[in-house]
Amino acid sequence: MMATSYNAKEEDGHHSGASSHGAAGVVKSKKPDNTAFKQQRLPAWQPILTAGTVLPAFFVIGLIFIPIGIGLYVSSNNIKEFEIDYTGVDISNPCYSCAKNFSWNSTTPCVCSMNFTLEQPFESNVFMYYGLSNFYQNHRRYVKSRDDSQLNGDQSALKNPSKECEPYRTSDGLPIAPCGAIANSLFNDTLELYHIDSNNTRNTIPLVKKGIAWWTDKHVKFRNPGENLTAAFQGTNKPVNWRKPVYELDPSDPDNNGFINEDFIVWMRTAALPTFRKLYRIIQKKSNTTPTLPSGKYVLEITYNYPVLSFDGRKRMILSTISWMGGKNPFLGIAYITVGSICFFLGVVLLIIHHKYDTRSNSADIPN
Amino acid sequence: MTYFMSCVTSEEERRVRANDRDYNEKFQYASNCIMTSKYNIITFLPVNLFEQFQEVANTYFLFLLILQLIPQISSLSWFTTIVPLALVLSITAVKDATDDYFRHKSDNQVNNRQSQVLIRGLLQNEKWMNVRVGDIIKLENNQFVAADLLLLSSSEPHGLCYIETAELDGETNMKVRQSVSVTSELGDQNNLASFDGEVVCEPPNNKLDRFCGTLYWRDKKYTLTNQNMLLRGCVLRNTEACYGLVIFAGPDTKLMQNSGRTKFKRTSIDRLMNTLVLWIFGFLVCMGVILAVGNAVWEREVGSLFQSYLPWDPPVDNFLFSAFLSFWSYVIILNTVVPISLYVSVEVIRLGHSYFINWDQQMFCSQCNTAAEARTTTLNEELGQVEYIFSDKTGTLTQNIMSFNKCSINGQTYGKYTHTHTLSGRFIRLDFTPFNPLADPNFCFYDDTLLESVKVGDSHTHEFFRLLSLCHTVMSEEKSEGELVYKAQSPDEGALVTAARNFGFVFRSRTPGTITTTEIGRPVTYTLLAILDFNNIRKRMSVIVRNPEGRIRLYCKGADTVLLERLHPCNQELMNITSDHLNEYAADGLRTLALAYRDLSEDEWEAWSESHRCADKATNCREDRLAAAYEEIEQDMMLLGATAIEDKLQEGVPETIAVLSLANIKIWVLTGDKQETAVNIGYSCKMLTDNMTEVFIIRGHTVQSVRQDFRSVSLSAAWGEGGKQLQCPPPPPSNLMDNISGEFALVINGHSLAHALEADMEMEFVSTACACKAVICCRVTPLQKAQVVELIKKHKKAVTLAIGDGANDVSMIKSAHIGVGISGQEGIQAVLASDYSFSQFRFLQRLLLVHGRWSYLRMCRFLCYFFYKNFAFTMVHFWFGFFCGFSAQTVYDQYFITLYNIVYTSLPVLAMGIFDQDVPDQRSLEYPKLYEPGQLNLLFNKREFFICIAQGIYTSVVLFFVPCAVLSDATQSTGVPLADYQTFAVTTATALVIVVSVQIALDTGFWTVFNHVFVWGSLGSYFTIMFALHSQTLFKIFPNQFHFVGSAQSTLLQPVVWLTIALATAICIVPVLAFRFLKVDLKPQLSDTVRYTQLVRQKKRKPVGRKGRLGARSGSRRSGYAFAHQEGFGELITSGKNMRLSSLALATFASRHSSSWIDTLRRKKHTHTHTPPTGAETDIKIMYC
Repeated sequence: MMATSYNAKEEDGHHSGASSHGAAGVVKSKKPDNTAFKQQRLPAWQPILTAGTVLPAFFVIGLIFIPIGIGLYVSSNNIKEFEIDYTGVDISNPCYSCAKNFSWNSTTPCVCSMNFTLEQPFESNVFMYYGLSNFYQNHRRYVKSRDDSQLNGDQSALKNPSKECEPYRTSDGLPIAPCGAIANSLFNDTLELYHIDSNNTRNTIPLVKKGIAWWTDKHVKFRNPGENLTAAFQGTNKPVNWRKPVYELDPSDPDNNGFINEDFIVWMRTAALPTFRKLYRIIQKKSNTTPTLPSGKYVLEITYNYPVLSFDGRKRMILSTISWMGGKNPFLGIAYITVGSICFFLGVVLLIIHHKYDTRSNSADIPN
Repeated sequence: MTYFMSCVTSEEERRVRANDRDYNEKFQYASNCIMTSKYNIITFLPVNLFEQFQEVANTYFLFLLILQLIPQISSLSWFTTIVPLALVLSITAVKDATDDYFRHKSDNQVNNRQSQVLIRGLLQNEKWMNVRVGDIIKLENNQFVAADLLLLSSSEPHGLCYIETAELDGETNMKVRQSVSVTSELGDQNNLASFDGEVVCEPPNNKLDRFCGTLYWRDKKYTLTNQNMLLRGCVLRNTEACYGLVIFAGPDTKLMQNSGRTKFKRTSIDRLMNTLVLWIFGFLVCMGVILAVGNAVWEREVGSLFQSYLPWDPPVDNFLFSAFLSFWSYVIILNTVVPISLYVSVEVIRLGHSYFINWDQQMFCSQCNTAAEARTTTLNEELGQVEYIFSDKTGTLTQNIMSFNKCSINGQTYGKYTHTHTLSGRFIRLDFTPFNPLADPNFCFYDDTLLESVKVGDSHTHEFFRLLSLCHTVMSEEKSEGELVYKAQSPDEGALVTAARNFGFVFRSRTPGTITTTEIGRPVTYTLLAILDFNNIRKRMSVIVRNPEGRIRLYCKGADTVLLERLHPCNQELMNITSDHLNEYAADGLRTLALAYRDLSEDEWEAWSESHRCADKATNCREDRLAAAYEEIEQDMMLLGATAIEDKLQEGVPETIAVLSLANIKIWVLTGDKQETAVNIGYSCKMLTDNMTEVFIIRGHTVQSVRQDFRSVSLSAAWGEGGKQLQCPPPPPSNLMDNISGEFALVINGHSLAHALEADMEMEFVSTACACKAVICCRVTPLQKAQVVELIKKHKKAVTLAIGDGANDVSMIKSAHIGVGISGQEGIQAVLASDYSFSQFRFLQRLLLVHGRWSYLRMCRFLCYFFYKNFAFTMVHFWFGFFCGFSAQTVYDQYFITLYNIVYTSLPVLAMGIFDQDVPDQRSLEYPKLYEPGQLNLLFNKREFFICIAQGIYTSVVLFFVPCAVLSDATQSTGVPLADYQTFAVTTATALVIVVSVQIALDTGFWTVFNHVFVWGSLGSYFTIMFALHSQTLFKIFPNQFHFVGSAQSTLLQPVVWLTIALATAICIVPVLAFRFLKVDLKPQLSDTVRYTQLVRQKKRKPVGRKGRLGARSGSRRSGYAFAHQEGFGELITSGKNMRLSSLALATFASRHSSSWIDTLRRKKHTHTHTPPTGAETDIKIMYC
């Protein structure tokens, strides 16, 4: 995009310094060395903004950005996404009573179910997310309220968690494992999905709960303090809001229990913005012939454990397919098309301006 | 030094008893041990840290550091501030330590010098530092004086001794000191050992030329003055040995009392930068307040409800307190808008520029083997903004070498060729050696007819040279037969006597009463009857000699204006011819003198001699009566001819002045010289040209006349030539000077200047002078030089540069924004006071137009970019505040915040600040107009600053909202959402580093290998360091410190992230690119055009605009007057005091030029300067048309 001109300023740059000593003789000459560096004659590339370089640059940017934008836009549009809010704000919402009557102390979980219809079948793998709104996972005090040593299985940190975890550091005189506000506020609604076929029977859709966390999180960052979880977590207390201790998060699978429980890991990876979604389950493609989620009626059954209404939060369930560039993301495509077009347009405008008002081509004279 | 001074303030008088250490001990006077160093090994750390924390910036960062230690406030880890702070402090500490180490070394060297102290009647060698007040020490020739001594006795008669005070006041001439007569009789050391006089004197002070005290000895009082003192720092010359009593030692000596801290100069960019930093602080506080208010609102509306998941920290119990804490938290994270590295980087860049100045071969003078030196490293960019140059004349514009160039003898002119012609080599230099073995081989003359005329014995010619060999106050020293060294009081005289020597009239030696010469090989001794010495009013000098035949003759040489009036009427015809010749010489810019003689009869001489003696002995109005006596005898003289001396300009002076004035720099010459001389030089160095509409001369002696001068100047300037004829009513004088046309020059005399500098007239002076293209101030005292500079500084808000070489320029050099010292023959005082020094005036154009211009350009570009990159970096936090509950959560990883300013972005911008060039050096000399943006302060001012800030804020908006919009919905190809905090942090940080790197790439106009290495290296180091910090290895060692494990790879593997970065970069850079292109395309600056033509190379280079008005001058009469403005050696010669000069002393003398002889004479000079000359009451405006 810029003109190149290596100027040949190195005429006498290479015989560095040697010349200055020759003539000096007895009296040492203080003459500075004649090196290109000291004489500021280093060879250099001197780019200049000229019409010949800038205008093509604009057109090239335009020509690159517009097709990318179109590609992004099209692939984003091919992605199917379904979203349902189950917070239970309206009285018409099936979860209204659960939301209203929520109490931390209740032993029997409140269950509500929501019906919805998929207009179009979802091909290939479908990803099931839960979304929270107005939930400040990025608050400074929230973000730092964790102890990564403890989560990495460090014994001393397990027994003596970091001060950052306050006020969720100890309870009843015992250290909390996992400590901190993040762990304490672990999302603990259970979502189950049923397909209602033509016979009105509910078919459970199998939800895979592994492979939803980052590889490094699962294998490096989070470690259990020992093989035998019950023994390892002896002498610690569960987080205040939790109903069961950390080693009972998934008793069925020892590889998904304790600190390396994937739901827990996903939650611990805090979101950047107050409205976010987190991967909950994966619905794997069964065969090539039938879509993963055929169009039709579905039921989402929610075990409503997680109160958000108190701070005006919202909970959603999202189903989405995915393409090479991730989920549905219309913004990127539109932005690329817009920027590309603006560049192209700018190129045209600048070209016109350059041709109409150029002062340089007709006056190469330098005023002095 | 202030420490010492505070210690001695209690001392009201000093009592010192010689040879009585016990008695003197009581007063606890400072010992002779000096200590200029600030630290020792133990105190270094605390003292240095204490000093460094006196800097506001450092204290501020310390304050931030303390804030960060409060957990409720701390939004960053402690190391994000301490690492840069420690870096900055240690760089400064290393520099201070090195400086101090060298001071220690020099202190030690000085303290361990040996001196001979008289202890119990025996001379013992003692180190300087062990010398005590009250000791008597012996000094030998060429030794440094160890402390401030009272001269007791000397090996020379009358207790005289000679000292050189170059180290003290820069004056290289010798001075005489004399002991009190009673002590001078003490003689040898046995008597001195029993000397027990007591001195009572003033307490230590810094007045070099004043001492007052009393010596009590044997119940008698003797007054002591400065004349009896030998000050530390002087060198004993020409005196075998002397004894002195130590009065002040070590830190109390006048030398040390004078070495106070030099005034620290700051550049205008510095001041602007400080203002801007304050504004940024204000801005920072505003941001903090906005976010704190936001925090209050959020905590009240949302945070209090959100407490089930995120309770408030224990001390916080309401939203207001939380907001208060949040304010400080935000002050911490937003502090990077004023990065601590700013000041350090600026210093590094300036240091680099200073080295480039020191290294510049084209500012190296091979004759004197001196390279240019940037003595101050903090002023470089101001060199690119100079608007006014105040120049000394002698030694700065001129070489202070006079050459006898032409002469007119009895109506015949000799020597057709001036120095400039001879360069072509067409004329053969006369060889005097066959004719005259005593000739000076360095003398050049190109007209053999004169030599012929001497050879054939033309009586006029002989008389002419006889006069030159007799009528002067030069001293000679003949080291061996024929090897003559002349020591002249002014170089003009030296030139004339040398000319006479070469033409066969060799001045050999003198005694108080005789002058011995060799005339065409024949030794002749004249009896010197009287010297009628030179002074400013008389403008002539005469000698009255009796030749061996007994004839008495008066020889006189002087300014044509005074001398031609005093000729015998019979000279009329010759006078006319000579007068024409004088005009011719003056037109060539030569300094002219007319020569005449008068025969005196024995009676005339006797009569006059009597009246002269009377006048000489008179106690009141001695000067006037002497002058009257001189006037009486210098009458009816016979004209011999005239001489013309070329005051050789330094090489390249006219060209330099032409180039500098094309660069719109106004050059003022401030000289102690006479008006005629100064105007002559003005013409020969092309400051004044005949193309000028008018040259105004102001030489009024009263306030009214000077004021009237200014009025008439402004009137005629405004009306031009037509105005004088039209006689229209004058417009109000206030705006007169704004709308003048044509080129004017102003010459102003010392007396007028004194009035013009008074408060009520200075505005008129400034407006008139600044409207003129050239200004010459003559007969200016050193103080006035400084006043003129201060005046312009005050009224014009322009950057001033003063250039000079002598001790009389020091005040001006110190008061100007930039002081340049010419390291020439006049000692080193000017150089020591200067900020830059080199040996040739012509290097000034390179210093300003190349180095200054580049420095300014680089500094401006550096600052613009620096503020931009930090705003782009920091303001992202501000926007994020709106999405994270104003909780002062940072967007980036804390390591990124720590390293951003010191690693990721520091080197490319430093490389730009050090190496950038917009046009090559030859171009900036070819197109002096390229200098103008600096003078107008176009490249970095408040407007440019706001543009940078706006660009930075725009970038931060893009850098925050684009990733925000893209990532909030995006997922990895595995379905994992990308909207987690760490991915967002990595994406934004990477986008930021890339955007600012692209921006520096756009800003850099000169890509040397360093720029490439630093730009690519910074990008590379960013990725390397990030991957390292996010690596599993580091995490496994410190799991609590490296939370970002795996973020780099999992983020940067996502195509969406790269698409986001590309999008953000395009949005940030495209508008800048378009804007810059439009600017270059539609309104190209001169530098753009020069760059462009450089690139295209389609046009042949236009010859430089050095206009051809250098030649062809009309013969307007500018008679020069070839005397320096000081009295000669006359008094000294006749008194015989100095006749004991040893050959050694002369050898040291001959190497340099001295401007005065003895202090008494110097004082007289000053009184003369303040006496208005007679007959110059009328104010004349001289017109050159």
